[in-house]
Amino acid sequence: MPSFVRTHATEVSLLGVIIAICAVLSVTTANFFSLGNAFDLLNISSVNIIFAVGLLVVLIAGGIDISFAVAASVVQYGTAIALGWIGGGGWVSGLLIAGSIGVLLGAVNAFLIHRFRIISIVATIATFNVYFGLLMFFTKGVSIYNLPDWLTSRVIIYEREMADGSWAEITLPVVVMVVCTLATWFFITRTTTGRQLYAFGDNPEGARRFGINIGAMQFIAFGWLGLMAGIAGLMQAHYAQEVVPNALYGRELDVLAAVVLGGARLGGGKGSVLGCVLGVLLVSITQNGLNLMGVSPFAFKMIVGAIILVAITLSSARIGNLVPVFATRKSTGDRPAERGES
Amino acid sequence: MNALAARFNAIFGADMAGPLAALAAVLVVFGFASPHFLTGATFGSVAFQLPELGVLTLAMLMPILTGGLNLAITFTANIAGLTLAWTLQANGGIDAGPGAFLLGSVLALAVGAASGLVMGLVIAFTRAHPILVSLSMMIFLRGLGEFLTRGGDISGFPTFIAPIGHGSILGIPVPLLILIACVIASHVLLSRSKLGFSTYMIGSNIESARYSGINTRKILVLVYMLSGVMAAVAGIIMLARFNSVRVGHGESYLLITVLACFLGGINPFGGFGRVLPVFVALIVLQLLSSGLNLLGANQHLTTAVWGILLIVVMVLRWLSAKFLRIVK
Repeated sequence: MPSFVRTHATEVSLLGVIIAICAVLSVTTANFFSLGNAFDLLNISSVNIIFAVGLLVVLIAGGIDISFAVAASVVQYGTAIALGWIGGGGWVSGLLIAGSIGVLLGAVNAFLIHRFRIISIVATIATFNVYFGLLMFFTKGVSIYNLPDWLTSRVIIYEREMADGSWAEITLPVVVMVVCTLATWFFITRTTTGRQLYAFGDNPEGARRFGINIGAMQFIAFGWLGLMAGIAGLMQAHYAQEVVPNALYGRELDVLAAVVLGGARLGGGKGSVLGCVLGVLLVSITQNGLNLMGVSPFAFKMIVGAIILVAITLSSARIGNLVPVFATRKSTGDRPAERGES
Repeated sequence: MNALAARFNAIFGADMAGPLAALAAVLVVFGFASPHFLTGATFGSVAFQLPELGVLTLAMLMPILTGGLNLAITFTANIAGLTLAWTLQANGGIDAGPGAFLLGSVLALAVGAASGLVMGLVIAFTRAHPILVSLSMMIFLRGLGEFLTRGGDISGFPTFIAPIGHGSILGIPVPLLILIACVIASHVLLSRSKLGFSTYMIGSNIESARYSGINTRKILVLVYMLSGVMAAVAGIIMLARFNSVRVGHGESYLLITVLACFLGGINPFGGFGRVLPVFVALIVLQLLSSGLNLLGANQHLTTAVWGILLIVVMVLRWLSAKFLRIVK
């Protein structure tokens, strides 16, 4: 256990902060500490967690992706149209179609990055504009409401009636989220390819000389994010019961902030699924708590932004950096993220 | 041919070739495609639309040169605009005098500088990644703005402000004059001042810059403060052009400014790049937008074409680098 604390400092401190926030909220608000609220939190965070574990893989591989959220919107539209062609379909065909389109869009990013040596932030800002521009152009900003029935009807996996008569429910997105999270965890920690992604992200040139196929690494990382974005897109359409072309616009930066809060490093080679999930949950719990405390919804984002800013400042700060007196202390261990590697 | 290339490089700089080629291509293609393209009306509309995006791009430029990024520029512009709007309202709204406008503008610039100051301090002293710091600042400022305005917009300004957004002096639009002033100021600052030199040094290698006696922390803080001030200028221009302030105005410009910088040959890792090619790249983007508009396309298709243009430029750059290696 002590070694776990040492190797997972970010995750442990995040968990500590989450427990502290939960403790405060449980005392100050009536409804926070209840099964119903906990399930609600999971239902609401599912889509973002699926996005986050996908983005985590790309960050570990040393890249960054701005385009995945609008890619998910493209997936939603493409899937809705394709399902119309095949006359309805079902969960299996829906997930297959959404996943395939997602992987394809991710592969476009990987192709640009690997073939033409464009750095990932430039390539994905370009594809962000292309995907979103073309989506809005072809759809004319019109939403789709007549989705197949199986997609819009709520699927309740587990439910339980509470003492006050309300129902606590776990819905399908949560199960999908758990599957995606476990799959990503298994992929990056228990497979050779996953470990190669860490090596590649930490030192691409070293990985290349070691015999790792760096082209394959890019396609696997961006393909995985594409797959997750596709699934998350379908889940979001299921949850919202409609497809709105600009519904996910801007989500990419929120997810990025949460993932990095969870200890992933811009520049590659570092990050864990646990930290990533905790990062998303911290943001959701804060919003949920503010809501229950009766804070104006307009203030949510401000407070969340301030919390992220403080968290990033504290997690990057060395005492020696802030107070020169301590600067003589020899600093060993992991250095703060090198700048400009994204 | 080589001599010609050498002369071109001596006069304009090697990084000017891409943007100028793109400019020529846009002028030729749309000149043939639409008879109305090469007219005064097109250039008039470009001249009025360019400044907001242009000044915001200048705000993005300096942080990128240090190897960072400032994702908070658009919302800094909004908050600065709000500051000016409230100062005007507090002094009588439509009847506010030039004094109130002057005070409001100074306060707006100060607010922009303050946002940059916080980011600069965090980045310089904790070495946190600039993308993260500015990203969280962006989320914070967006929240702050929405909290303060409740998502609504603020309007009702004195009439003498309108010329800043719509007026012309000697046939040249006032916002364009402000942009040109900002371009010249940035250019001189980056190429002639100690601050500019240090900015490039930090972008190339921050550690060696520190060892050669540059106060890297001070420079970083100053760079982000200047970026914030520049964003505030954009906010004032937007206020005058729309005659209102709403949090979220210009939000879609954010990634376009990064695109314009890369199109203008700025090195994404920092350290290399100049202001003038970026200015030309901005004109190309805006001409593309106007040209597509004339051909009946909407803003969204333009966005897609801008993205494709960035990919094409990066691929051409890769090809030319490969070609040069073979020649050598």
